[in-house]
Amino acid sequence: MVRVILRRLIQLVVTLIALTTLVFFWLRSLPGGPVDALLGERATPQTRELLTRALGYDQPIWVQYGRFLKNVVTGNFGNSIRTGEPVTDVISRAFPATVELSVAAIIIAVGLGVPLGYLAARHRGRLLDNTTIIVTLVGISIPIFFLGYLLKDWLTQGLHIFPPSGRISTGMDNTDVTGFFVLDGLLTRELDASADALWHLVLPALTLATIPLAIIIRITRASVLDVLDEDYIRTADAKGLRNPTIRKRHVLRNALLPVVTIIGLQTGALLAGAVLTEKVYNWGGLGTLITDSIGGSRDYPVLQALILLAAAVFVVVNLVVDLSYAIIDPRVRVR
Amino acid sequence: MPLLDVRDLSVVFNRRGTKPVTAVDGVSFTVEPGQTVGLVGESGCGKSVTSLAIMGLLPRRGNKVTGEVRFDDTDLLKLRPQDLRDWRGRDIGMIFQDPLSSLNPVLPLGIQVAEVLERHQGRTRQAALREARGLLDAVGIPDPQRRLKDYPHQLSGGMRQRALIAIALACKPRLLIADEPTTALDVTIQAQILTLLKELVDDSGTALVMITHDLGVVAGLCDTVNVLYAGKVVERAYRHHLFAEPRHPYTDGLLQSVPRLDVDRGRRLHQIRGSVSDNIPWPEGCAFAPRCDRVIDDCIGSVVPLEPTFRGGALRCANPVPLEVPA
Repeated sequence: MVRVILRRLIQLVVTLIALTTLVFFWLRSLPGGPVDALLGERATPQTRELLTRALGYDQPIWVQYGRFLKNVVTGNFGNSIRTGEPVTDVISRAFPATVELSVAAIIIAVGLGVPLGYLAARHRGRLLDNTTIIVTLVGISIPIFFLGYLLKDWLTQGLHIFPPSGRISTGMDNTDVTGFFVLDGLLTRELDASADALWHLVLPALTLATIPLAIIIRITRASVLDVLDEDYIRTADAKGLRNPTIRKRHVLRNALLPVVTIIGLQTGALLAGAVLTEKVYNWGGLGTLITDSIGGSRDYPVLQALILLAAAVFVVVNLVVDLSYAIIDPRVRVR
Repeated sequence: MPLLDVRDLSVVFNRRGTKPVTAVDGVSFTVEPGQTVGLVGESGCGKSVTSLAIMGLLPRRGNKVTGEVRFDDTDLLKLRPQDLRDWRGRDIGMIFQDPLSSLNPVLPLGIQVAEVLERHQGRTRQAALREARGLLDAVGIPDPQRRLKDYPHQLSGGMRQRALIAIALACKPRLLIADEPTTALDVTIQAQILTLLKELVDDSGTALVMITHDLGVVAGLCDTVNVLYAGKVVERAYRHHLFAEPRHPYTDGLLQSVPRLDVDRGRRLHQIRGSVSDNIPWPEGCAFAPRCDRVIDDCIGSVVPLEPTFRGGALRCANPVPLEVPA
């Protein structure tokens, strides 16, 4: 088990080094180089000269690369072009918002997806199963921003059930501890703030959860059907075990294996979905930060940090998935 | 009174879009307490389906099971599915062909043995695991304490089958059904497992229904043998009679196709012509007729009944192999 973790950690480092290198050369391959990118087209040659020296671009490329790596390791990503703040500040403000949204989406997707997929499998070929198949197909096919606008228009403008945008009501005087508003409210006992943040979270999380939810339902259903045909389920039946025991102990645990893999892959895709979802609900997270950093003046320092962060999150999530895989399936542990 | 009395058991596979297939066609046999009974036949003759039907383990969708399965005078086919669960594992144990796929890959062995004791004997997990240790020991698994925590993939094929036997016998059932328990094992392991089974059923007085295509298994183990062909019993006899003087041409063919050491080398092994699919429906004659060397006019056109023999067996044949008359 320890070896599995160690090996994955090494993979994590290698992946990040590869990506850092890619980002480094990408920045230097930009038209006119990073200096033009930073200063824009109308800068004077003097300013250009000054910045080139200030940023060390007159040094040999391997010296630049070494310093770049050092900066990355020490978390020094420079300042945002748009706001002038340190990149780390900008990102650490937006990061909790996206994590909060993504975690809520995963909880919805897994919490509903596994039971629904299981139910569909048990009702195979009957009404519930067929309905599930059609609804999940719609869920996978629907563009996420369209679904976002649909929910928003019907449930906020139309029925006024949920707030239309933002993470918390204006004027809600909440204390910022972790940046996760729902959690902060609980920690500081400002339960009204917590509830309000949760209320704001419902629609964006639902929107973001739709695609992974539909996929998890389908995978769970297929996986349960496979497991029900296995010989060891027949053995469990031959032992006279009661149905709930068979389901919980024998069916579900085996059926979850492919589902866990999918959860890992979907978590990576969640970031892409977050860009659109955050746009629709004006959610101040990484998605918004990405669109803001690309549009208008290209905010390269921020983008560069975002790329590395996204990669790191993906690799870490997959590490967690692999570890949970090893916990569920003893056959993985020996390898 | 027999322990198990199977009367006129039929199983029809009736899946949507396909023609109904009669896999088991009016099979009747009995098992006395402590007796070992063989169900023999080639692939597709209905022997496994018979065992699954007795246990109520056939999927309910697409299968029609008729007849009676009287166990201790209770018709198991009439029980509600949830009531039948009380009998399975407690009164009737079953072991299967492929020991690896028959064990749950993600559960430690100990729990897989213990759970049947928890279910039927109300043991706590602790007590059940202690008992499981003794059971693994009894089926000849070395170092049982350590094996309790092992997973199926960590055991050898023979050990897995021993573990399955331990599970099936955990609650000391009165009947054990073994469905080709040695088919997936090495020949040397096969012998060990058969010896173990024989010892266990002899010691505990458990009756055994042995399902196999291997006449060698039958020869070493069974008191009486039912030979199945195309879903019907074609011959039933005590073991010694069956091997010494098979009456049905099918049984005779099977016995002659077993390689023997006491026959000259170089002689071709006997083979039965054609395959199981070359048959005629039972209502229109003998299903074996197209492959039979002794076929006569009586074999085709009318139902061939299963008739008792004077030796206490039964035979479904219009032109059986004649008994050798002592000179």
